[in-house]
This record gives sequence, C-alpha cells and structure tokens, in this order.
Amino acid sequence: MSEPILKIRDLKVNYGGIEAVKGISLDVPQGEIVTLIGANGAGKSSTLRAISGLVKPSSGTIEFEGENITAKNPTDIVTRGITLVPEGRKIFPDLTVKENLRVGAYLRKDDITDDINWVYDLFPRLKERSWQAGGTLSGGEQQMLAVGRALMSRPKVIMMDEPSLGLAPLVVRGIFDIIKEINKQGMTILLIEQNANMALKTAHLGYVMETGRITLSGPGKELLSNESVKAAYLGT
Amino acid sequence: MTTLNKKSKTGRYIAILCLLLVYVLAYLMDNVLPATSFTLMLVPVLKKGAIYSLLCVSMNLLNGFTGLFSLGQAGFMLIGGYTYAALTIPAAQHDAVYQYFDGGAIKFSIPEILSGFLGNSLGTILGVIITLIIAGLFAAIFAALIGFPVLRLKSDYLAIATLGFAEIIRAFFQWEGLGVITNGSNLLRKYTSFADIELTIGGTTIELGTLFLFVIVTLCIAVIVLLINSSYGRALKSIRDDEVAAEAMGINLFKHKMISFIISSFFAGVGGALLAMFQTTIQASAFKSAMTYEILLMVVIGGIGSVSGSCIASFLYIACSEWWLRFLDSGSLFGLVNVPFFRDGFRKVVFSVVIMIIVLFFSKGIMGDKEISFKGIGGLINRIKNKKKKAVTAAANAGSEEGEAK
Repeated sequence: MSEPILKIRDLKVNYGGIEAVKGISLDVPQGEIVTLIGANGAGKSSTLRAISGLVKPSSGTIEFEGENITAKNPTDIVTRGITLVPEGRKIFPDLTVKENLRVGAYLRKDDITDDINWVYDLFPRLKERSWQAGGTLSGGEQQMLAVGRALMSRPKVIMMDEPSLGLAPLVVRGIFDIIKEINKQGMTILLIEQNANMALKTAHLGYVMETGRITLSGPGKELLSNESVKAAYLGT
Repeated sequence: MTTLNKKSKTGRYIAILCLLLVYVLAYLMDNVLPATSFTLMLVPVLKKGAIYSLLCVSMNLLNGFTGLFSLGQAGFMLIGGYTYAALTIPAAQHDAVYQYFDGGAIKFSIPEILSGFLGNSLGTILGVIITLIIAGLFAAIFAALIGFPVLRLKSDYLAIATLGFAEIIRAFFQWEGLGVITNGSNLLRKYTSFADIELTIGGTTIELGTLFLFVIVTLCIAVIVLLINSSYGRALKSIRDDEVAAEAMGINLFKHKMISFIISSFFAGVGGALLAMFQTTIQASAFKSAMTYEILLMVVIGGIGSVSGSCIASFLYIACSEWWLRFLDSGSLFGLVNVPFFRDGFRKVVFSVVIMIIVLFFSKGIMGDKEISFKGIGGLINRIKNKKKKAVTAAANAGSEEGEAK
C-alpha cells in the first residue's frame, strides 16, 4: 500500500479537562472512502474538528501529504486541500445558493466558473435554485449545498460529518450516490456516520470508534459482517 | 444574458440620474431656495438625515452584515468629531476657543494652511476633505486598538465592552489634562463648518455646503456598498450566518471581524466629523450612549442588513423627531385647537409608542434585508415596456389571424 494522504498518530483532544479523543491513529489512503463509525459521543466529530484546525489537539500528530499540519489554523488547512462539511449542514441561510458556493471558494484566487458548473452538474437541483436563499432549501438540498460548497475549495480530501443526519432514507441514498460519484472523480473522502450500514457498504476502509478510542478497523465489507459491529451498530 | 445586461445598464443610468438630481437639489437648496419657515426646517432636516444615513450604514455594516453587536458608535463619532474640530479651528481663533488652556496645543488649521497655497475657497474644501479622512483614520486606529481584546467576545459581551469603551472615551475627552487639545469639558467652536464651504468666482459667491455634504455622504455609502458586494462582503455575511461554517471554509474570523470593525469605525468617525460641521459646536458630553441607541433604532427600523432601509429610516426618523412631530409639544393642534396634553415631552411619548408598534409588528423593519435596487426598478420599467410590446404584437397577430380567417 502506498503512503496514505492523511496520517493520524496518537491524536488526543481535550475539552476543558474532558478527554474526547484518547489517542487514536488512523490512515486515509489516497483516492479512497474511509469511514469512522461509532455511537454519540465517541469522539468522531472531535477528530474531524482537530484535523480541520477548528480545535487544537492536546497531543499527537496529523500528517497531510507527508507534512505535519498539527494545530495549523483552518485557513491554512483549507488552502492545503482539506475541507470539512460540518455536522448539521450549516449552510449560510441568508446567502443565495450561488453565494454559498462562492464563499466555499473564498480562499481561491483563480477563476471558479468551471467549478460552479461542475457542482451544478453534480447537483442539478442546486442549479434550479441558484438564486434562492440557502435557508429556503429542503434538508436534502441543504446537504447537497453543504457538500457543493466544500467542493468549491477544490479539496484533495473532503471530510463529511454525518451527511445523513435528519434526512429521509431515500435522500440519504441520493447523498451516498453522490459521495461515490465524487470519489470516482478522484477525491479522497473521510466520512463520519451513525448510519453504519450505509457507510460501511460505501467505504473502502472503516474504523469503529468507542469512547475516544478506535476498537476495530478493516475493509468496509469485512466490518459489515463482523459480529460485534453487527450487534452494536447494525441492530441485527 | 443580453437582457440582464440591458436591465442593469438601465438601472445604472437611473441611479446616476437620481444622484445628479440629488446634487442639483442640494445646490439649489443653498443658493436659490428662499428662506421661509418651511425651508428653514426642511434643509437642516435633510442635512442631518444625510449625516445619520452614513452613521446608520456604518453601524449596519457591523451589526447587520457582520453580525457583530457593537454599541461603540458614539465613541467613534466623538473621536472623529473632535479630531476634525481640533484640526480646523483658524489660528486666529485659538485664543478665544481655548481660553482656559492658553490657546491650546495645536497652533494650526489644515484648511488655513492649504488656503495659503490654493486660494481661500479651494484650500478650504480640500482641507476639510483631508481633515475628514484624518478624523476617520483616528477613529479607525482606536478601533484597531480596542478590537484586539474586544472582538474575541461574542454577542452581548461585545455590546457591553464596546458600550463601556464609548463611555470611557467620553470621560477621557472631558478630562482637564487633555484640555490643550479637547478644551476639557468646554465645547469646541469656530472650526470650519458647512457655511464656510463656498466658491467665489468673479465676485459672486456660490454656497456649496449642502452639496459638499451630500457628495461626501453618497461617496462614503457607495464605498460601503461596494465592500458589501465584494467577496469580502460575502465573507462577512457568511460569518454573520454561521461562524463555524465560515471558519470551516477557511475564513479567518478574527481578521475579517477586525476589517469590518475598523471600516465601520472609520465611517463613524467621518460621520461624527460631519455632525460636528453641521452643529458648528461640539461637546463631548453630548455623545452619550443614547446617541448610539438612536442610531441602532434607525438601523432596526430600516431593516438590519439593508443599506437603503438604513437611509430611508434615518431621514424619516430625523424628520419625525425634529420636525413633523414637533406640533405635539406646541400645546395646540395646528395652532387652532388647544389640546391640553400637547405639551413639552409629549412628542417623545408618541415617538416611543410608534417605535414600539414598529418593533412589535414590523420586526424586520421597513426593508427587511432587501434593497431598493435601481436594477430592480430598471427591470420593472423593462417589464412594463415588454408587456406593452407584447400587447401590441398580440394585437397585430390577432389582426393578421382575423385577416387570414377572412
């Protein structure tokens, strides 16, 4: 296996004395979909927040393309090519769909017309609603917009925090189809999910996280048939 | 695409025409308009309304577009106003103004110095413009200094901190130790005001004060609007909408809040200087927090996040408080019927009720977060034109069809 694009070693994240992430190590290989599953409060979101620079880890290292990016600021990390799709979508409700996309490309100085068209091709619904305020979109459309907005920074790795949260099953399937499609176009994806079944079916590689630690890892299909994963997350 | 361009072009022409019309009217107000009791109310109200428009828009940039609830406006206005006044008092008047402070520390006046090179009228105009910019810069420097500790706070805490800053500044400017510049708690006067802005050509003097004011205000607002519509403006709005998401998109929160704070304060400083010019005297004790609240009220009435709303609201507010509702204090209705409860202070009661109604029933203000766009008006005109055209062609078609039928 070649050197992973994102390499995390012994990462710890503290929130005022409470250790949310207790020293995890994980690899994200170039061009693959990697998923991190686990229950509420397992430390999944904290891990993503630490990678994207929104919180400073208390110890451990994060390496991206062989360079140490631990505790860099978010601006730097987005510029290097890691973008987060935040939990709960968090689109900008008073900006139009197009403005949302343009904010996504805020740090880029080059022409973004092609990328806007690319996002519109991926999500034709966004094109129809391009002049509508983001807050007027439905939940599924908002999730599409959040993903599209993150894509506008032309990341090498896109991290998604629970893209299926609060969406109808059919819409969730649509979102996962898009994830596969983006991946096919060469993007590396780090995905956090509570919807373990869907996530493991889609991912090449899966990690199971429990109370701040990684307890299991392996190819997605393998984890799907693992007895303890089945019992804990798949409900079968 | 072509229709879109056409629309915006029509809009731009209308905008430029309106602006020119405003300038012509401003010129006429100074030079042609006879001084009747009506115009003696109208002109000052329009002038003050214009100044408050700028103050409101600058506050809206911070509160409405960046989502920073700051209440330091009066403090920055005070800095701007005093900077302007201190730098434009004619040298000959220093002893009279700073009578308790041995003529003060500043012994020059910028308009006077420039008048030496450029002649009286041009020198004064250029000097005033330069001093206005210096006034804005001073306010901006103070904003940068207090921005470092204060902008790390959020919502209510930021409001409290900035309010405190404004109060400290007010006390500081009244301090005797600074008297050689600020004249202590006494007022500053005799500095260059709008009445001094005039042009003398071949013996005839043209008054340009009102025109000057309107040009400066429209220029400043135009700069703010350009900023709001730029990619910086989009970043500011995204911070307002969702800080976490904005940060995740790589927007440096602190840097952008700082930019917004500094620019808003710059224009608050310029606005304060214009207010000083309008009032012809300036005293620190007048810049109370009530002044900030008044401006905040106008912003809310106009619509948080709407520049045109802010402008409309400030003209309406000033007209009501200074003019239209004055009769409520006069003791009688139109001087005809005696109404016992129409006495001093009743105007404020009515005013408060009006404001309560607005806040309760029109909580989004006059404009919400929409703008009056000339593009929109241009589009409307085009649509009416098209409708007419369509009607004409439809009639023609109907006619030809009838012909064929025959």
